[in-house]
Amino acid sequence: MASKFSATPEELSKIDHNPPKKGWMDTPVEFKEHTFCWGAKGKNLAALELPNARDWSPADEDWKLPENWQKIFLDGMKERLGKYRSFRLFMDICVRCGACADKCHFFIGGGDPKNMPVLRAELLRSIYRRYFTVSGRMFGRAARARDLTIDVLKELWYYYYQCTECRRCSVFCPYGIDQAEITIIGRELFNLLGLNIEWIAGPVANCYRVGNHVGLEPHTITSSVEFFCDDIEDVTGIRINPTFNRKGAEILFVAPSGDLFADPGTYTAMGYLMLFHELGLDYTWSTYASEGGNFGFFTSNEMGKRLNAKIYAEAKRLGVKWILGGECGHMWRVLHQYMDTWNGPADFMEVPVSPITGTRFENAKSTKMVHIAEFTADLIKHGKLKLDPSRNNHLNVTWHDSCNPSRAMGLLDEPRYVLKSVCNNFYEMPENTIREKTFCCGSGTGLNASENIELRMRGGFPRANAVKHVRDAHGVNMMSCICAIDRATLKALMEYWVPDVEISGLHELVGNALIMKGEKERTLDLRLVPLPGKAAKE
Amino acid sequence: MRILFSFIAVLALVLIAYAGVKTANLQFLFGVVVPYAAIALFICGFIYRVVKWGSSPVPFCIPTTRGQQKSLPWIAQNKLGNPSNTMEVIGRMFLEVFLFRSLFLNTKTEMTSSNRVVYGSEKFLWLASITFHYTFLIVLLRHTEFFVPTAPFFLDIIKSVDGFFEIGLPRLFLTGAVLLASTAYLFARRLYIPQVRYISLAADYFPLVLIIGIAITGMLMRYVYLTDLVSVKVLALGLLSFKPVIPEGIGPIFYVHLFLVSVLLAYFPLSKLMHMGGVFLSPTLNMANDSRMTRHINPWNYPVHVHTYEEYEDDFREKMIGAGIPVEKEGVVNGK
Ligand code: HEM
Ligand code: SF4
Ligand code: SF4
Repeated sequence: MASKFSATPEELSKIDHNPPKKGWMDTPVEFKEHTFCWGAKGKNLAALELPNARDWSPADEDWKLPENWQKIFLDGMKERLGKYRSFRLFMDICVRCGACADKCHFFIGGGDPKNMPVLRAELLRSIYRRYFTVSGRMFGRAARARDLTIDVLKELWYYYYQCTECRRCSVFCPYGIDQAEITIIGRELFNLLGLNIEWIAGPVANCYRVGNHVGLEPHTITSSVEFFCDDIEDVTGIRINPTFNRKGAEILFVAPSGDLFADPGTYTAMGYLMLFHELGLDYTWSTYASEGGNFGFFTSNEMGKRLNAKIYAEAKRLGVKWILGGECGHMWRVLHQYMDTWNGPADFMEVPVSPITGTRFENAKSTKMVHIAEFTADLIKHGKLKLDPSRNNHLNVTWHDSCNPSRAMGLLDEPRYVLKSVCNNFYEMPENTIREKTFCCGSGTGLNASENIELRMRGGFPRANAVKHVRDAHGVNMMSCICAIDRATLKALMEYWVPDVEISGLHELVGNALIMKGEKERTLDLRLVPLPGKAAKE
Repeated sequence: MRILFSFIAVLALVLIAYAGVKTANLQFLFGVVVPYAAIALFICGFIYRVVKWGSSPVPFCIPTTRGQQKSLPWIAQNKLGNPSNTMEVIGRMFLEVFLFRSLFLNTKTEMTSSNRVVYGSEKFLWLASITFHYTFLIVLLRHTEFFVPTAPFFLDIIKSVDGFFEIGLPRLFLTGAVLLASTAYLFARRLYIPQVRYISLAADYFPLVLIIGIAITGMLMRYVYLTDLVSVKVLALGLLSFKPVIPEGIGPIFYVHLFLVSVLLAYFPLSKLMHMGGVFLSPTLNMANDSRMTRHINPWNYPVHVHTYEEYEDDFREKMIGAGIPVEKEGVVNGK
């Protein structure tokens, strides 16, 4: 039934940002092929004890909802209005000034007015007005209040799975109104009705039982890492033997499982392994807490907490002093803003101290978890790493700030410092597309499926457009980032829009530049590609 | 429709007050009863809304960070975009509330003819908003002269600055004209910017038209149908001292002005105008980005069902042993 997505970049970049004549309340939702994800499978919903577990498809007329779905939705809304000040406030105070309207990558790349953050919010606000405000009850449509019908539910669903919770809109709003927060709550409401998408529910079910999104069982994790160590040996001549689930280690290392699963994330994992080996770090991986990312966070607050609980539980079981976290965007939103609140206090650990430099990470003194970019920046600043940035000379690198570390944390200059230390050719993208104004990859929050490929290419258009700019201006051929989802999705995005630019993690480039004790002369980079000018002498 | 509705609504309000005073002599209603009711609604409604917001907790520490975090001592933190303590939060809020910083940093997205996106700066919304709010504030402060027997110190300053250009007689106050112009611009942009027009509701046009109505009637009184300010002051002081009187010689235009203001006051707590109070409570703005330094408490945090390590080991023990991964219970097979 499904046709293949065949629109060319040329066709896709003809975007009309002018809204139609007809008002949005009179424009019914149309489920366009290649713009939405498949519905969650019943078995995954059941495995997670989520309500209304059954197979369903968003494309079907009948969504197999419970009889009293309206009541469930509205009761859920009422409960959350009482639990989240953000939600109640954001429903009330928007002045519709339009400052956020042209800030969403989905609107910029698609032109659908319902992807303007303010209108995405209005879709739910119209329900809020109808059922929770006096004026909405009294004036109905005139006050832009509307009944919660099945068509309205479908419209909400369609557009709340076209928001990657990137918070770019929030940066521009004079009141900080954050559509991400509204989308998070909207998705919680859908989950009360069993309306998750499979690309989220599947990984969550995996993560819950097996320990990580991609479903790597313990022996697969060790063999993957073994495999990376073989490659590292080929490149450096050094054999690394990392440990797993080791009690008494000083540090627990938690990475996004994507880094163990597919390239280019795997090269980043190699970079971690080389760095830790070179430092002689007393650390361990865990197969139980083998996921730093958290697709539960895209399901509900409760599911996020259920998955996240493993990290502290494992730290406690192993008796580590503190936790080091790998490169992943939404993982760090959760670790930075939620973990301690959900599953803390982490008083069984100590304030993180770098065993190499002695730096006390005061900024992580309660949560006890340090970002690897912070850790490595500190090492470099103290001159603890021997680096040869010229090994990255074949790369003209630009930096993609991932949404969550930028707008829910502010991790901007640590990775830049590392990057500039490990490569010689670094070029920033235009000012309005980086740092806190950075553009999403277009596939975050579990929208990195294949069936919604048009949506992803449209959502990633503003990012790709900025990359194209630095490619043309400076010959950029590599975009580096600290996010596992980015590494998976930007690759496809670049292939579509800017084919000659590749994607890497930060620690892949660190691994390339790192001069290790006793290493052989490097002739290959971590991708096993010959280094120009340093090819093996025949 | 939405636009027409707003004009008709405000026009109707004008006519009601005008007719009420001119033909039915309802001065007491429009000069005393309605203002009292409006003020009561404003105060109670405002408090109710704020208390209602305040009664919902802030379960997570979710500031939107606009700039470099505080981390390593040698990395310069952006204190006003990414505050890490209360003082810095106050700084951030000050810039937002008094200077509309976010609007100042607004950008504009445009497509070029070669299908590329470019981003320019967009200052008109900021300019119009900030002029609107400050002129509104000044006009409000100028009105205090009616409510106090002797003019407070700031009035003279405001008046001399305001009437600086000494145009016309009575002197033209700049603020009134600028208020009208900026409000008119805010209204106009809702019409001509296609996206903003698309999202605008009647509830967005109505307050703007109402404020335009207030400003016009106010200026009419000052420059055209001169009103007896002494009588107005008697009325105002009467209201304030809860001994209301209706002095002679105040024209209907004054009652129209007063009625529109009353409607604005009463409407305020029901509407988006509550952003005035809400901005202070917004968790994305008013929280310090210190969630890894201090544990934020969620008052409704509850225990959840987790998949424990023991359950995990029971599922994978043999595979773990096979891969050389240490386990808790060596000899146990299939959980027994
Ligand atoms: C952080 C502080 C504030 C910001 C950024 C802000 C921003 C805005 C914006 C963007 C508008 C919309 C203009 C339009 O319709 O396009 C507006 C309207 C308005 N604001 Fe504020 N405001 C703030 C504080 C206040 C305060 C303290 C008051 C106190 C009275 C106030 C009263 C109003 C009124 C009466 C309107 C008018 C009508 C309307 O547009 O609906 N605002 N404000
Ligand atoms: S910027 Fe904020 S207030 Fe303005 S329309 Fe967007 S959400 Fe509403
Ligand atoms: S959070 Fe991001 S994706 Fe969602 S509406 Fe805002 S800008 Fe768009």
